[in-house]
Amino acid sequence: MTKVLDVKDLHVSFNTFNGEVQAVRGVTFDVTKGETVAIVGESGCGKSVTSQTIMRLIPNPPGFIKEGQIVFEGQDLAQYSEKQMEKVRGNDIAMIFQDPMTSLNPTMTVGRQITEGLIQHQNMSKQEAHEKAIEMLRLVGIPSPESRIKQYPHQFSGGMRQRAMIAIALACQPKLLIADEPTTALDVTIQAQIIDLMKDLQNKIDTSIILITHDLGVVADIADRVVVMYAGKVIETGKLDEIFYQPKHPYTWGLLASMPRLDQDDNTELLPIPGSPPNLLNPPPGCPFAARCPHAMKVCTEQMPETTEVSTTHQVACWLDHPLAPDVKPPAGAVRGE
Amino acid sequence: MLKYTLKRLSYMVVTLWIIATVTFFLMHLLPGTPLKNEEKLPEHIKEQIMEKYGLNDPLPVQYLNFMGGLVQGDLGASYTQDGREVSGMIAEGFPVSAFIGGQAVVFGSIVGLLLGLIAALKRGTWMDNLSTMIAVFGISIPNFVLGALLAYFVGVKWGILPVALWESYASSIMPSFALALVVVAIISRYIRTEMVEVLDAEYMKTAKAKGLPRRTVVFRHALRNALIPAITILGPLTVNIITGSLVIEQIFALPGIGEYFVKSIVNNDYTMITGITIFYSILIVSVIFIVDILYGIIDPRIRLSGAKE
Ligand SMILES: Nc1ncnc2c1ncn2[C@@H]1O[C@H](COP(=O)(O)OP(=O)(O)OP(=O)(O)O)[C@@H](O)[C@H]1O
Ligand code: SF4
Ligand SMILES: [Mg+2]
Repeated sequence: MTKVLDVKDLHVSFNTFNGEVQAVRGVTFDVTKGETVAIVGESGCGKSVTSQTIMRLIPNPPGFIKEGQIVFEGQDLAQYSEKQMEKVRGNDIAMIFQDPMTSLNPTMTVGRQITEGLIQHQNMSKQEAHEKAIEMLRLVGIPSPESRIKQYPHQFSGGMRQRAMIAIALACQPKLLIADEPTTALDVTIQAQIIDLMKDLQNKIDTSIILITHDLGVVADIADRVVVMYAGKVIETGKLDEIFYQPKHPYTWGLLASMPRLDQDDNTELLPIPGSPPNLLNPPPGCPFAARCPHAMKVCTEQMPETTEVSTTHQVACWLDHPLAPDVKPPAGAVRGE
Repeated sequence: MLKYTLKRLSYMVVTLWIIATVTFFLMHLLPGTPLKNEEKLPEHIKEQIMEKYGLNDPLPVQYLNFMGGLVQGDLGASYTQDGREVSGMIAEGFPVSAFIGGQAVVFGSIVGLLLGLIAALKRGTWMDNLSTMIAVFGISIPNFVLGALLAYFVGVKWGILPVALWESYASSIMPSFALALVVVAIISRYIRTEMVEVLDAEYMKTAKAKGLPRRTVVFRHALRNALIPAITILGPLTVNIITGSLVIEQIFALPGIGEYFVKSIVNNDYTMITGITIFYSILIVSVIFIVDILYGIIDPRIRLSGAKE
């Protein structure tokens, strides 16, 4: 299993009037070839900042990489110049954004928005790029692509725009596709179609995917591995089954308990996690979840827990995993029965 | 696009017809006659003159004659400048007015575009501040004040450019410049505001995520979208320049339309006033038409929705 991406101890901050917002505070995870890794976590926990930092799309100023490495195919992207990044973006790593209504240029034909990347990266002639663009539109399931290609985004429906975005992103057959909440802005029925499309295309062009989402249903559907983030840190990561069936972190428990479940038809209550995440201008020295954690101990507020291995594929950062800690069982609502 | 153009064109014709009609009837409601020294004229001579200009015909007949002439480009004879055709006088004066006005709009738009673009791309730097200062200056100083100052310093005191009259290209520089400053100011503000907004748009991130070089992102993706509102303002702005040029022409003693217009009002020269009013209306409506078309070319949403109806 070759690693496509290896993010190591990434720190990203923003300089603001009020001081330094530490949006990402030591994120480590990797993505292997052909794999789908889901990043989940509450709003503001740093998912978008992490993914945009991988593409080096964070505007500087105010944002900057404080520490850490983004190793992509053996090269540290954190050290790349803007010129070097231009060759990576769209070609090796591509990105899909949340809102297909605003992420396409309104005054440029959909066709041109697909071909310009091809012309930029693959030395294609206009004609070749045009043919490739039609092929891409067909691939993402847009009917009569020959005429659609000449149209403008406002002539596409929301779902079709997201398909077009996927066509743009996959045109150069990137090795890694980052999708930042690609379905959040869409209707529920369309959401499922887009996720199915992504699964289908992943097999066809053999790309790795980082999928950012709030929707654990989507995660269960598509992800091989899950990275759970909280307040700019990865607090638990593991294979899909490990996260769903043997979650270790109280925050992961909370997330799972707040998710509607199809495997249980009783009326188990959905429990949103009470409280809110810490202020990233001045994050606490200990576990960031301590203020909301029902199992918090004295040590939790004083010291950040180390990341420990539950298995070779499953890591968690929680004092409960320490040998001296009391044995706490996850609440019934959180764990999936096998 | 063709449908859109035709639709705009028919609006334009209707607008002009309404303006011509209203102008015609307003002129006939005004008190007084265009005849000089009216009371001293013997009755039969007065009668003869009224006959000559068709002023004794019933109003509907006069109107039809007037409209008939108008579609053939004939605006009638001047009441006060004996034997001269209004259209001929306009043809004589207009090239001068058009030249200084057109030059002002073109120069002002280009400089304004560059200034606004630089300000947006270098947001918060001294270049941004400088462009703001130029804009404030350009909007707050009336063009005739600037014109007079220029005429005094550059023309009279330093003798760099001709102060007055229409002799060579150099004669057009100061009047055009005086008119252009407000264009620079307004266009640069529009471009800056729009550019700043567009640069923050989501699709800019998409463009960047494709690996396009910054210059492509800025010029291909951002500028086009930022131009749309600036183009809409270009219509009214051009109109503003055209009317503003009446005063500037007086300051620099240029033989443009301004002179005829002022004279015709003082002399109650009905055909001349009507003629110039209609001529300006045609000009203004054409400018707005051209801007509409440009707008349609740049913004596909407008073009396509216009065609659907
Ligand atoms: N330009 C910026 N300036 C200052 N702070 C920023 C900036 N961009 C992001 N942040 C901060 O970084 C933190 C993480 O933001 P991010 O957008 O990554 O969250 P997210 O996990 O993607 O949330 P969501 O689910 O709402 O998309 C937030 O607290 C946000 O306030
Ligand atoms: S470290 Fe402590 S506060 Fe943090 S999640 Fe674990 S038990 Fe709760
Ligand atoms: Mg986000």
